[in-house]
Amino acid sequence: MTTAQRRPSHVTSPSITKSPTAIAGLDEITSGGLPKGRPTLICGGPGCGKTLLATEFIARGATQLGEAGVMMIFEENEDELIRNVASLGFDLKQLIKSKKLIIDHIHLDRGELQETGQYDLEGLFVRLNHAIDSLGAKRVVLDTIEALFGGLPNETILRSELHRLLQWLKQKGVTAIITGERGDTGHLTRNGLEEYVADCVIVLDHRTVEQITTRWLRIVKYRGSLHGTNEYPFLIGHTGISVLPITSLALTYPALSERISTGVPRLDAMLGGKGYYRGSSILVTGGAGTGKTSLASAFVQAACQHGDSTLYYSFEESPQQIIRNMASIGIKLMPWITQKRLQIHAVRPSQQGLELHLLEIQEKIRKLKPQVVVVDPITNLDGLGNWQEVNSMFTRLIDYLKTEQITTLLTSLTSAKDTEQTTETAISSLIDSWILLRNLEHSGERNRGLYVLKSRGMAHSNQIREFQLSDQGIKLLDVYVGSGEVYTGASRLVQEARDAAEVAAQSDLLSRLRCSVQQKRSAAAAKIAIVQSELEAELNELDHSIKQLEMRARVSTLNADRMSRQRIAEAESRPGKAHPSRKKADHPAPVIST
Amino acid sequence: MKKGSPKESQPEPESAPKPGTPGVPYLLRLYVTGMTPRSVQAIRNIKEICEEYLQGRYELEIIDVYQQPVLTKDDQIIAVPALIKRQPLPLRRFIGDMSQKEKILQGLDLSPKPHRPDAQQ
Repeated sequence: MTTAQRRPSHVTSPSITKSPTAIAGLDEITSGGLPKGRPTLICGGPGCGKTLLATEFIARGATQLGEAGVMMIFEENEDELIRNVASLGFDLKQLIKSKKLIIDHIHLDRGELQETGQYDLEGLFVRLNHAIDSLGAKRVVLDTIEALFGGLPNETILRSELHRLLQWLKQKGVTAIITGERGDTGHLTRNGLEEYVADCVIVLDHRTVEQITTRWLRIVKYRGSLHGTNEYPFLIGHTGISVLPITSLALTYPALSERISTGVPRLDAMLGGKGYYRGSSILVTGGAGTGKTSLASAFVQAACQHGDSTLYYSFEESPQQIIRNMASIGIKLMPWITQKRLQIHAVRPSQQGLELHLLEIQEKIRKLKPQVVVVDPITNLDGLGNWQEVNSMFTRLIDYLKTEQITTLLTSLTSAKDTEQTTETAISSLIDSWILLRNLEHSGERNRGLYVLKSRGMAHSNQIREFQLSDQGIKLLDVYVGSGEVYTGASRLVQEARDAAEVAAQSDLLSRLRCSVQQKRSAAAAKIAIVQSELEAELNELDHSIKQLEMRARVSTLNADRMSRQRIAEAESRPGKAHPSRKKADHPAPVIST
Repeated sequence: MKKGSPKESQPEPESAPKPGTPGVPYLLRLYVTGMTPRSVQAIRNIKEICEEYLQGRYELEIIDVYQQPVLTKDDQIIAVPALIKRQPLPLRRFIGDMSQKEKILQGLDLSPKPHRPDAQQ
């Protein structure tokens, strides 16, 4: 018992010790439990779970924390209470037998009661005291003490006695839960119990939206302690109450670097060659008939082959339908089911509220401990609440799966009028890899396209691939990109042929051009040869004439020399006439030379 | 031991009802809290009534809840002082210091005496 007392592990304030409730989620939002040794008021309307919460506090205290408890119940009798909570897995009978619990039903019948003067509630004190002492109880529930107001006359006495009772409970050092009916305007409880309980007040509520009821829990006050102030949805499931704190998004999950195949080799290649990260969350969005389920099933098959235990949560098709349909594209799921490696769980979305869905998924996961979870499609839950509730549910689901290090693939149906990126904005921040499937309509047919919108922490392809489903499984093909357009399917074939023809034509043209270049070149060469030979011929001619002229010139000089020499000789023979004759001799020479 | 231990019954001449007081025997149980003034008051009041109206045909048990806490559960005692009329049926309960004589007489199905002053003697 002492260890149980020391248990409040995450007490925020040193002055307040806490008594853990061991109710899933409640200890988290109260940072450790209810105030130890003090009374807590739980109030709410009829049927909102007050009694159950109180009973669970006692039962879990007795079974899990070793603290005996006393329940004083005013409305149901002992047998009724035992029966009611037995369906939630609490065996109060056993607890009573093993001296861990006393249930004291207080019956008040105003009809057989007469007030004859002053009285007090000492009888109640004695009963309670006796029960507490005989077990050494640490926990007490009074459910609901307001019945006193209906069963006993004289409110003034009751009020002062109630005040005394709560003081006495504090002195006794027991952690108590007092329940109270929700009051009218402005009051938490019908009889103002909140005036007496100053330490901790929790309000329960349930509201119905679109025929689906959600329960809510809110801590109105918690003196001397930090606590979550939000309204938290809670569930009453097979194992009692679960409060679902949204704020557990502590972003502390470890990041695994191991990779896991997508089941489609080309898609692995698009994601850095290795596929998804283990423990990451993958979102596959696309319109109707784009192949979301097929892609999910391929992943499931790959995971099973790898040896992972896998949970497939279907909100759309029955397991048989999925198995049959996937077999038609060569994905065989049946063997894995028989080997108990794969579980397909199909639920109608409208079967229960969002919160119950979430709880059920969580419970399944806790039981099966899968490494891979597929939810197909999450968008089918959209109708179960307003977008805030739905988003909060998705957030908590993804968060939970991440904390558990489960690789999660969620599919999401985008409607025709949405652009593919609007609907998921709320959860996109939690998604690590986002694969988009699209219908590509072109020239009278529809084809599927796939691309990776984002994939954190890995190099990934920015290409659009054509996504083909055949009886051999899923194939990704390069799409044809020509003249700024993406071609798929038949138009791809047409375009391919067209392009091939164009290529052929071009190569023809090229060779022709090459040929003509050659021709031109040889023609030019021929011309050059002619010009060259002409040039040479002309040059030869010119050379020849030059030589002749030079020769002639030389001959005439010789003649002139000879003549002048003859004249000089003539002049020497006739003296005095030597000078003019010389002039005459100079003169004729050029005549000869021409 | 305090005054109200289990069977602090009055003389038990119940088998021989007094002449002139016909009727069934009364089984009464009074729960008190030790010797508080209110307890003492209640005991005195109820004894007076019994002696006055039920002389010779009643049994009054006075129980101290501190001494006999277990009985409080069986008899569904919350408020004290509490008087339980166990017989004759129907079962009736009275809480308080038993100071409102009229109400008690009415609850015990006894007609107030003032109309028949001679019966008292």
